[in-house]
Amino acid sequence: MKANFVKVALGAGLLAATALAAPTAASAKTLVYCSEGSPEGFNPSLYTAGTTFDASSRQVFNRLVQFKRGTTTIVPGLATSWDVSADGQEYTFNLRKGVKFHTTEDFTPTREFNADDVIFTFMRQFDKEHPYHGVSGGSYEYFNAMSMPDLVKDIVKVDDYTVKFVLNRPEAPFIANMAMDFASVLSAEYADKMMEAGTPEAVDLNPVGTGPFQLVAYQKDAVIRYKAFPEYWEGKAAIDNLIFAITPDSTVRYQKLKAGECHVMPYPNPADLTEMEADADINLLSQEGLNVGYLGYNTAKEPFTDPKVRKALNMAINKDAIIEGVYQGAGSAAKNPIPPTIWSYNTETVDDPYDPEAAKAMLAEAGYPDGFSTDIWAMPVQRPYNPNARRMAELVQADWAAIGVNAEIVSYEWGEYLERTKKGEQGTFMLGWTGDNGDPDNFLAVLLGCDAVGGSNRAQWCNEEFDNLIQQAKTTSDVLERTRLYEEAQVVFKREAPWATIAHSIVFEPIRNEVVDYKIDPFGGHIFYGVDLAE
Amino acid sequence: MLGFLFRRLGDIIPTFFGVTLLVFFLIRLIPGDPIIMLAGERSVEPERYAELQAQYGFDQPIIVQYFDYLVGVFQGDLGKSFVTKKPVIDEFLTLFPATVELALMGILFAVFIGVPLGVLAAINRGKWIDHLTMSISLTGYSMPIFWWALLLIMFFSTTLGWTPVSGRLSVMYFFEPVTGFMLIDSLLSGEKGAFTSAVSHLILPTVALGTIPMAVIARMTRSSMLEVLGEEYIRVARAKGIAPFRVIMIHALRNALIPVITVIGLQVGVLLGGAILTETIFSWPGIGKWIIEAMNRRDYPTIQGGILMIAFVVMSMNLIVDLLYGIVNPRIRYKR
Repeated sequence: MKANFVKVALGAGLLAATALAAPTAASAKTLVYCSEGSPEGFNPSLYTAGTTFDASSRQVFNRLVQFKRGTTTIVPGLATSWDVSADGQEYTFNLRKGVKFHTTEDFTPTREFNADDVIFTFMRQFDKEHPYHGVSGGSYEYFNAMSMPDLVKDIVKVDDYTVKFVLNRPEAPFIANMAMDFASVLSAEYADKMMEAGTPEAVDLNPVGTGPFQLVAYQKDAVIRYKAFPEYWEGKAAIDNLIFAITPDSTVRYQKLKAGECHVMPYPNPADLTEMEADADINLLSQEGLNVGYLGYNTAKEPFTDPKVRKALNMAINKDAIIEGVYQGAGSAAKNPIPPTIWSYNTETVDDPYDPEAAKAMLAEAGYPDGFSTDIWAMPVQRPYNPNARRMAELVQADWAAIGVNAEIVSYEWGEYLERTKKGEQGTFMLGWTGDNGDPDNFLAVLLGCDAVGGSNRAQWCNEEFDNLIQQAKTTSDVLERTRLYEEAQVVFKREAPWATIAHSIVFEPIRNEVVDYKIDPFGGHIFYGVDLAE
Repeated sequence: MLGFLFRRLGDIIPTFFGVTLLVFFLIRLIPGDPIIMLAGERSVEPERYAELQAQYGFDQPIIVQYFDYLVGVFQGDLGKSFVTKKPVIDEFLTLFPATVELALMGILFAVFIGVPLGVLAAINRGKWIDHLTMSISLTGYSMPIFWWALLLIMFFSTTLGWTPVSGRLSVMYFFEPVTGFMLIDSLLSGEKGAFTSAVSHLILPTVALGTIPMAVIARMTRSSMLEVLGEEYIRVARAKGIAPFRVIMIHALRNALIPVITVIGLQVGVLLGGAILTETIFSWPGIGKWIIEAMNRRDYPTIQGGILMIAFVVMSMNLIVDLLYGIVNPRIRYKR
């Protein structure tokens, strides 16, 4: 029986070998990306998952402004330039001419990209009466999360190639918002045609964009196929076909990469990194992620209302041990609440040193010579900014025990955890953040601003000095001035210590040697325009 | 026979109803609000939360929600996924053939390897062949599927390069699915090499999925065969000088198969459970992987619809097995 099995396997193996060899001989350049999951859909404004953005906005669409590949720098996209009014409340975008939309089975564009497409894209999300607002579930979570409904007063078509956004208040991060995935520009002509045909959902399922790749087919949970758009305004992509082979298990993704069944894979298993580094066929890229993992104090609750207590606890935490034990080396110690890849990162601030003796003394000074009892909330999920919250909580628990603070580790189901920390039931808690648009405001105001208390400011920290600085930085579009204000805000943060900043994770991406000029995206995306395959 | 069929069909209706009740309320008992899960770290404004609740119908009393759901189910509408916004039934029908194809291959593997192994062990009772086959089946039974699957991939795909690592077909082939069964579609496509590619992709998942049922079937066949081989009519058959092969295959095996068929029927449930792990590891686009993902996201309509459909399939399989008894053993008659 055993012999029979080997025969069967051998025979089939030979068959497989011939089967795999035949089609790869084709001359077109095909890049296979072993993606980690299925997209929720193909309209990026309806969703929030990175997997969906990889499959839609990052290949198929463009935005008015974009991030330069591999950086958080904003560069012109479908807008060639933009002007900001003196009061900071009007943004006028000058649109690019000669940009073509994809031609698909259902749609052949009769005109080039113009202001109507921009108006359609944003009005669909903004105007609840818009005929497309309720299509495909009609929830625009990112548009809402970035406070766009409150921020935008009106969107005006000045002429065919000029669009003006009128805001309710000056908001400097607005331009960074326009580079985000939800702001991907859809074709108004296609939308009209589908509405006429009575199939408006088709717009969100069979995307028509201006991007470097156009969708050919999607087989749920299996494969997504794209082909290079020959008339792409930045020039045709170097690869001819792009294939996403959906492979949810990280070990299997690695096996596929090794076997040459894919060229690029995301999210490797940390345990495989050493082997990947040693593999001659694989090039292991790495870059600091646009994120921060932190331990927050509930500053509305005794004894964490006292900055001295918070500082003392910060000094008792051995970050090096955490980076070794939790991040397995794939992280760097964080001193500021924003990662170093974001502009205005303050290099001058000094981190609280690891010094249990000094921590003990400071705790005594704050009136707790014998320590106290509290809790540490550990997230039940794995995140890039915190790969193992439970383990991290255990390490911190031991560190604090050394200065007389007894902490009990608490955990809840993820939804519960988020809800309860929002309400402030915790003493101390672990969480983190991954940047959305590369603007410092996206970390500092969202996580630490007074407006966010009761929302994503789970430390319940509202400091007037800090808040004034970040509010001021919002109202000026002068980058130098904003940088100065944010740097100062980080000094206040460090002094007041509402969090123990733990680490910024390091992102790893193994690619095969034949992949040329692939760059890690700081936002965690996977972008294949600009990538080539060596012959 | 017909009366029995109708009676069993009558039994299915309350069971089906019970499943809807159980699934609907159980998933709502699991902590985790789908809206909060969707928002993650960034939290939702209370007004927006209320809006979304109304959109998903969560603002209604739970009994009303259940009733609405039930009315939908009886009209063949399982609702729309919270995540993809597509009808659950459409997603199920797209993915189900992949699971059926894999489960079918798994059960064929289990039967065609398991039954002969069991017979071989039984007729060689106490000899080394018996010990060897039973150790193989015990090992197979004890092997966790995910571990076994990874071992298979590492050995056959990465080290030897004989089989592809995962998926249903080489990504280099592309054709529109007709039946959803890759073996059939690849033949229909007329693309050279597509069928062999589909076959080669099926081998490892089939072995990984079929190993545990194969072990169970082998052990069951062995003990059932041993019992039958001790019966007097076997001795009579042998005494009459019937060829030993005929005695074993016709007289013994056919009678020994009744408990084995019961086990095979029960293994269908096990296979669908095992498919969840196998599909995840082999990136097999079936319903197992789909339901797991829906659970993680608290996508209620998908979980409800998916489990309901699986329950339906398992119930139908059990009915078919009951009917099969009569064909295998004419002594079994279905009485009113």
